[in-house]
Amino acid sequence: MLRVDGLSAWYGAAQALRDVALEVRGGEVVTIVGRNGAGKTTLLRCLMGLHKQQRGTVELAGTDVARLPAHKRARLGMGWVPDDRGTYSSLSVAEHLALPPRAAGAAGWSLDRLYETFPMLAERRAVAGTQLSGGEQQILAIARALRSGARLLLCDEPTEGLAPVVVERIGAALREVKQQGGTVLLIEQNVRFASTVADRHYLLAQGRVVESLDNAQVRSRERELLTHLGI
Amino acid sequence: MVDLLQQVFNGLVSGSFYALLALGLAVIFGMLGVVNFAHGAFYMLGAFGTYVLLDSWGLNFWLALAVVPAALFVLGLVLERTLVHRLRELDALYGFLLTFGLTLILQDLVRREYGVQSQPYQPPSQLSGSVDLGLFDYPAYQVFVLVFSVVTCVGVWLLFTRTRVGVVVRAATERAELTRALGIDVGRWVTPVFAFGVALAGLAGVLAAPMRAITPLMGADLIIVVFAVVVIGGLGSIFGSVVAGFLVGMLQAVANLYIPSLSQVLVFVLMAVVLLWRPAGLFGREERVA
Repeated sequence: MLRVDGLSAWYGAAQALRDVALEVRGGEVVTIVGRNGAGKTTLLRCLMGLHKQQRGTVELAGTDVARLPAHKRARLGMGWVPDDRGTYSSLSVAEHLALPPRAAGAAGWSLDRLYETFPMLAERRAVAGTQLSGGEQQILAIARALRSGARLLLCDEPTEGLAPVVVERIGAALREVKQQGGTVLLIEQNVRFASTVADRHYLLAQGRVVESLDNAQVRSRERELLTHLGI
Repeated sequence: MVDLLQQVFNGLVSGSFYALLALGLAVIFGMLGVVNFAHGAFYMLGAFGTYVLLDSWGLNFWLALAVVPAALFVLGLVLERTLVHRLRELDALYGFLLTFGLTLILQDLVRREYGVQSQPYQPPSQLSGSVDLGLFDYPAYQVFVLVFSVVTCVGVWLLFTRTRVGVVVRAATERAELTRALGIDVGRWVTPVFAFGVALAGLAGVLAAPMRAITPLMGADLIIVVFAVVVIGGLGSIFGSVVAGFLVGMLQAVANLYIPSLSQVLVFVLMAVVLLWRPAGLFGREERVA
């Protein structure tokens, strides 16, 4: 579904990503873990086409998208779930869901199906997006990406700053996406949460992918990883 | 009491112009981040266009009401594609300088052709008399301006709140990058939105032709107050700019009755008070940090 090779990125003269290579297969949930400043968000922004100073290969379902602007990548099936949840204060919940155009060849989740899966959205459809709680905004961001028919969700720390109960709801939502055949690339600091929703993990440090881990490795090395992440 | 009511009505009529101009300014600022100093010049072109259509081609006011905004829409498209567009990556100050320069050029081109004296224009014959409003008679044309302006503002408001176009423009206005990441080619929307704002200024110019002095500087005199209106309403807020337009019009008119010497200054006093009380304007949103 997603293949990244030799991806480097800069902020002016400072290099933020160095030769990143990774792969996400269709139907997989893959996380990127790494401490603050490791380049996780930059990586996701590069994949979406929002960071200009970048070089390397990005393929989405076999199509080279590395030179495409963000809106074209979205039309090809990338679903953007940014770290600030991407909520608009001037759009109602229903308008958030109406905003993204359908990705090429995708039907997208119907409104009925979204409202059924996330009943909270139906109850609050007329409310301004920013009046939702943090967890509800996160659900809205995921639902919006599903509405577009995105094949690959790019989620930047969906659980950040949320209470454990809410984190569990986000986890359920992501597992639901996976069960329906969706593919997710997830940035996550919370390794315990990551190991409950994801199939595989990449460890990012100082702009490089330093390790690729499976769930068993994450669980057995949890203490070491937490120390590395500085949590 | 009748005097006061009459002044309130006068205020609503000048407010009609403020509202239409502020609306266009707010739409352009919201979507492009450009403070369009040339907005007054587009208003002036609208009035001159109306005059020229009648004077040179014998086309009446009603035709001008359709033709002039359309022509300014096209002018807006051309200016955005050729000039404004190039400044997109630069600081907002450059957009201000560009449109300020455009204002001087447009004003002087018109002045070269028509001089500084005002051009005559009569209200259309259907609206030449006055209307009995119960307590006083009021010129029919002025009533028409007020109604037409309110209908236009409501129409634009519905366009922005009830249609897909509105959802996209609001989203792009609030967060352009996010909106691109959601699959919308924001760049493609920028040009028509700019042109739409310019057309609204042209429309205000057409409405002004029969009741204001048509001179090359008619826009320059107005635009400063309109800037204050936009700030009071909240930068980029469509609803706010319209409400503030009528509010400022009435404030000026009522002040004219009691303290005429202060009526111009009061607008800016109101602006200062609003900014102290609500830095983002009456209906503006606070800027997000980070």
